[in-house]
Amino acid sequence: MAESTAEPVVRVRGLISRFGAQVVHDGLDLEVRPNEIFGIVGGSGSGKSVLLRTILGLRRPQGGSVEVYGRDIHRLARAERLALVRSWGVTFQTGALISSLSVAQNVQLPLREYYPMPEYALDQLAELNLRLVGLPPDAASKYPAQLSGGMVKRAALARALSLEPKLLFLDEPTSGLDPISAAAFDELLLYLHSELKLTVVMITHDLDSLFRTCHRVGVIVDGRMVTGTLAGMMDNPQPWIHSYFHGPRGRAAERAAQMDGGNPHG
Amino acid sequence: MNALALERDGGDWRLHLQGDWSLAGMAQIDEEIGALPGDMSGTLVCDWSRARAPGIGPVWALVTRLAQLSGTGLQVRHVGGAPHTVALLQKLELERADVPSVPASAERGVRRAIGALGRWAVMQGIEARGVLGFFGRIATVLGHAVSRPGALRVPSIARHIYETGITAIPIVSLIAFLISVVVAYLGAQQLSKFGADIFVVDLVTIGVLREMGVLLTAIIVAGRSGSAFAAEIGFMQLNEETDALRAMGMNPVELLVVPRVLALIIALPLLTVIADAMGLAGGGLLSLLELHIPLAQFSVRLREALSPTTFWAGLIKAPVFALLIGMVGAYRGMQVRESARELGRLTTMAVVQSIFLVILADALFAVLFQKIDF
Repeated sequence: MAESTAEPVVRVRGLISRFGAQVVHDGLDLEVRPNEIFGIVGGSGSGKSVLLRTILGLRRPQGGSVEVYGRDIHRLARAERLALVRSWGVTFQTGALISSLSVAQNVQLPLREYYPMPEYALDQLAELNLRLVGLPPDAASKYPAQLSGGMVKRAALARALSLEPKLLFLDEPTSGLDPISAAAFDELLLYLHSELKLTVVMITHDLDSLFRTCHRVGVIVDGRMVTGTLAGMMDNPQPWIHSYFHGPRGRAAERAAQMDGGNPHG
Repeated sequence: MNALALERDGGDWRLHLQGDWSLAGMAQIDEEIGALPGDMSGTLVCDWSRARAPGIGPVWALVTRLAQLSGTGLQVRHVGGAPHTVALLQKLELERADVPSVPASAERGVRRAIGALGRWAVMQGIEARGVLGFFGRIATVLGHAVSRPGALRVPSIARHIYETGITAIPIVSLIAFLISVVVAYLGAQQLSKFGADIFVVDLVTIGVLREMGVLLTAIIVAGRSGSAFAAEIGFMQLNEETDALRAMGMNPVELLVVPRVLALIIALPLLTVIADAMGLAGGGLLSLLELHIPLAQFSVRLREALSPTTFWAGLIKAPVFALLIGMVGAYRGMQVRESARELGRLTTMAVVQSIFLVILADALFAVLFQKIDF
């Protein structure tokens, strides 16, 4: 992939996050370029989800700045903030589907809130979004509790896509899925990324998913982020990064990716 | 400006797509797409050169409509910088299987009403069996506790006595005090017409000790703890915590339900005693301030008004009310399945039903005490 010189979509500078005396991020920097799939990895408790929540404006950092499309979400007026929030889609680790609404109603929820349109059009859009994520039509009328884990992840993705965002944040989209479903989710993500020209920021622990989909990877180590291509990460001497990518699972995932013809982005 | 402009082009058609084609324009676009004539033939050229920011949703609406129209032999071409999603959406449209619509239920009128009545009756039967079974499971745990005292979970019971009893003392005291002041005040107004002020003492003491003390306490506890039981256990159901306990061979009724119910059976009588005392204090204070009955005279009259059973006639009801509140709260909590809405519905139901049952039981006690002259 050619080095992009365009404005980064997400830019985090000198981020400091503290919980009491515990420092999670200590001057973390991050840049996500347009139209890339950026993977965020790190040990448990290294602050991946905190980082995501800070970028989304759900948590106010103790220092540093967060800009999405060049705008600092923590310093925006309400209307601008709402416009920014509507320009991205988010999926949460557990799906976070509204349990009292059917899948179709979940997908329609943001549409109903922001764009007045007749029921017929809403049904059409729900069908479209469910089709895009590969859910069967009969899933539309089901409730979240009736779905399998993989379907919950897809339904959450359908809801995230419903406002037609150009930027997607995914928190562990393949966690809890069997390898076949997880691989199918990877393919779905690649497909949507190329068809809808999305920029994707993805937290993942799934090494196979990382090798298959991500252009670049950011590793949170000691409160800072080390960013690079996968090949660069494989050669990184930092002890945690080395053991992450050269542990038994990392090697297996790399071998699998090579056998598959590797990362489609090269 | 219209989002669609259709014009004839010889024997063919040309469709100009113009203006805002983002999701925000969906309502208008959808309407205009629906208004496209259904009898076009030849070739239809869609010209995208004037469309701004075409979104996936509106393009999908157009693609699906054009697919319907092409059934009549219409050829469709996209020109003028068509959005890159057109090809994807056309592919999705082709994959779209015709899902047979489910025919609406043919039942009508009387048949349906009878059916609904029958379903309701069956549901009530199932419910009644469920409640009985639940009571049985609690009784079984208590039966086991005789031979295995460990089943009683004393620390858990203590915690729930604290939460349902100790922390309720301020509100129960305040309400008992205020209500008895109100009753004494009302009584004083009426009785002073006959010069029978002193009977306010009878009214307050008998009213508080026999009925109001225990009833008010039970209603407050139903609102505080009945709802808390239902919500706590209901959330644990949603979070699969109860399943986890079962999978580890532990009995959720023993761990979650019995300690709560027992704690309430212990706490509610104690709260009732406090409510009784506060009620009498309220009555005494009002008598002193409003009717100028000194406290010494109040206490003499109080002893004359009371029969030996008055206090116990109130207190004896407390454990029964506690059992009702605790069981209804826990039972509704255990019924929660699937969604946050269920949790809210069943918590509400727990409070409403436990208050109803408490008042019903109180009425039955009143009849019973009347019959046995207690």
